[in-house]
Amino acid sequence: MENTALSIEGLCVNARAPILQDISLHVRRGEIFGVIGESGAGKSTLAMAMVGLLRAGCHRVAGKVTLSGQSLFDLSQLQLEQVRRRKVSYVAQSAAAAFNPFYRLGDQVTELAALELGTPLAERGKMAEGLFRELQLPNPETFGMRYPHQVSGGQLQRAMIAMALINDPDLIIFDEPTTALDVTTQLEVMRLIRKIVTARGCGAVYISHDLAVVAQPADRLMVLRHGKVVETGATRDLMESPAQDYTRALVAAKTTTSPPMHAETSVPIIALRDFAAGYGAVSTVRDINLDLSAGHITCLVGESGSGKTTLARAIAGLVDVHGGTATFQGKPLAPRIESRPREARRRLQYIHQLPDLALNPRQKVREVIGRPLAFFGGETGAAAEERLRKLMRDVELPEDFLDRAPGSLSGGQKQRICIARALAADPEVLICDEVTSALDPLVEESVIQLLLRLMQTRPLTLLFITHNLGLTRRFAHEVAVMQAGRIVEFAPAAQIFAAPQQAYTRTLLGATPMMARGWLEARL
Amino acid sequence: MDLPSRKQLSPMRDFIVSRGVSGAVSLLLVTLLIFVGTALLPGDTASALLGQNATPEALAALRRDLGLDQPLLLRYLGWFVHAVRGDFGTSLASGRAVSEVLLPRLGNSLLLASVAAVFLLPVAVGGGIAAAIWQDSWFDRLLGFTSMLFLAMPAFLVGYILIYVFAVRMGWFPSMSVAPFFGGAVAWINILALPVISLVIIGQAHTMKLTRTAILAVLATDYVLMAEVKGISRRRIILRHALPNALSAILSISILTVAYLIVDVVVIEIVFSYPGLGKLMVDSVAYRDLTVVQACGLLFALIFIGMNFLADFLALLVNPRQREPARGA
Repeated sequence: MENTALSIEGLCVNARAPILQDISLHVRRGEIFGVIGESGAGKSTLAMAMVGLLRAGCHRVAGKVTLSGQSLFDLSQLQLEQVRRRKVSYVAQSAAAAFNPFYRLGDQVTELAALELGTPLAERGKMAEGLFRELQLPNPETFGMRYPHQVSGGQLQRAMIAMALINDPDLIIFDEPTTALDVTTQLEVMRLIRKIVTARGCGAVYISHDLAVVAQPADRLMVLRHGKVVETGATRDLMESPAQDYTRALVAAKTTTSPPMHAETSVPIIALRDFAAGYGAVSTVRDINLDLSAGHITCLVGESGSGKTTLARAIAGLVDVHGGTATFQGKPLAPRIESRPREARRRLQYIHQLPDLALNPRQKVREVIGRPLAFFGGETGAAAEERLRKLMRDVELPEDFLDRAPGSLSGGQKQRICIARALAADPEVLICDEVTSALDPLVEESVIQLLLRLMQTRPLTLLFITHNLGLTRRFAHEVAVMQAGRIVEFAPAAQIFAAPQQAYTRTLLGATPMMARGWLEARL
Repeated sequence: MDLPSRKQLSPMRDFIVSRGVSGAVSLLLVTLLIFVGTALLPGDTASALLGQNATPEALAALRRDLGLDQPLLLRYLGWFVHAVRGDFGTSLASGRAVSEVLLPRLGNSLLLASVAAVFLLPVAVGGGIAAAIWQDSWFDRLLGFTSMLFLAMPAFLVGYILIYVFAVRMGWFPSMSVAPFFGGAVAWINILALPVISLVIIGQAHTMKLTRTAILAVLATDYVLMAEVKGISRRRIILRHALPNALSAILSISILTVAYLIVDVVVIEIVFSYPGLGKLMVDSVAYRDLTVVQACGLLFALIFIGMNFLADFLALLVNPRQREPARGA
């Protein structure tokens, strides 16, 4: 009992429908307990229940949450607040939103010390400085004087971990602590979490939707789906011999390799030479030389802010071109989409990251897909209806979805509608801008498989923007690595992953979580 | 990545310059609108002064005297040049300098507005905050219902109801504010009471609803949830974590409320015959006293633009995001 930081027994939480059903788990001190689940699995509700908090509209039906020996739902509000101040800390997904924009970081990080211990201001500064140093933040002496908007996302996330340590808690809950971060920063933060838990001997819960991420630091894993526990076990056992089909599918989605396709060298369909583009007078991307080989998948990778989307939008004619040339099958491509002939527009289609924003919620699926069909193909009547149905079959959706509104579809289904809309133009090049990054792992995998199947039945070239290097490794023919608006390395995928030439590419590759055991330990 | 642009380094100066310029342009447009608007009124000062039986010769002579026979553009330019120097001409109806007519009325309007604000702002802002904290409680619902009720009611109706109840039935206050302005505090209370009560009743709904919305938006943020998870008491969350972040919104709302109380109270001034700017403007329109109407319009625009500027400036001042450069040393 002494060794248990948190135990949950038979917890059931309902809103209108059950959100959590019969959840039981135990977290020991010095251990990282991983919770993995797709969106809607109840991860956030579970995280909040661990501090005795239920969102408005939710109520506990049964079960018990015991933190440091105290049953949270049996405490009064005042006692509960005291437990939260002294025994438990929470690290949220978006540090940028979880810090109060009105106060300096140092004041927020040490707020609990002031409230609980009455620590005077000067001493609080010293406390904060020590924590900032422990978390390897730059200029720990002055870091606390900054406001949240004055530091980067990765630094904020570390500052929030510092805030979580101030009360020397028995349990720290990490709720998707690295989801908003780049792979390189993500590695830093994961290392820190592992170190802290080992050094301080507190218990930790690590929640994520990404198996590859959570499998690294966690000693034990719990798979959560639709508010129920699928299985719980030691991370190694779960990864190597999952007992449940769902867990098997999760593990497989991260490790299967796609079948190699016609990878013979081919002619470039789009070629960029000394290409520069950007917003206003500033060139966000510069010196771009890039060939998209016909029938190939070219993955464009790099940290957020490196200019991936700007480059893609410039190729699509949506951003001002500042210099260089772009050709489509050897013929010049007009810089702005307004000045491109209809035929040139038809051949190049763009799929966005967030289907929710790219679909008009007031249009039926039939209108969404029918518009480009009529605009580019000019088909009407029965012929158009037949094409619509064919497109739905192509993206593996039931034909009766044509009469539904996007709002009634799931995220993966909406993205399929966006793909069907792009295919309606019968394009030769598809620009996919992080089209799967908003999807759950299994849905992501099914959309990837769909794109691969589509490429086998028609001559399609893909420019695929992603920050997912695991996916890139399995799927790309060529890889272009972007940093600060430039392409630092462009080579066949096999070469990039086997023998990266540039230091930045090596950093990026080294930071991507692998399913292999001991990956994080090797990097500690 | 994102380099701090020059713009971020001095947001204050940029704000003041850009708002100063846009304020001046708005003011210029307002003067044009007022001038054209007054010119479009049927009839002119001469016919209003001399009445229906005036002879054409007398009208022409008076128009020449008043300068009304000149083309509109020329009249505008002449007025503009003088107005820039602070000279708004003489009242066409009374012959006195416009500033001499205007200033006492402005004082009366400011008095009414400030007394109303002293009662209105604490009630409305405090009510809005309380309604947000106890969201969906019976208190919140009651406040929401009554404020909607008064919001939906025309201003004159509120005024007449008050007159009926407190002046006619109870006889506590005079129904009109025409008592001469002397007689000490009691006389002032008598004159101000009913117009102030009307303004508080009519004005509070808007201010309260906006305040409530501003607080609710802050209470729904991740950092308030974070404070709750940290075990901070409810009281401290509201006072220290939520309120400062709603401050800029509340400041803006309050200042715009005061602006509204000064310039937008024409109906109440008419109902109570309160000698403020609004009543002066309406009366001057009736007399076709164009110089006074123009000066009133300009003054209203100036107050409103100035108050807006002040509201945005204060909102900027209390926001660390704007006050501090994006990336510190």
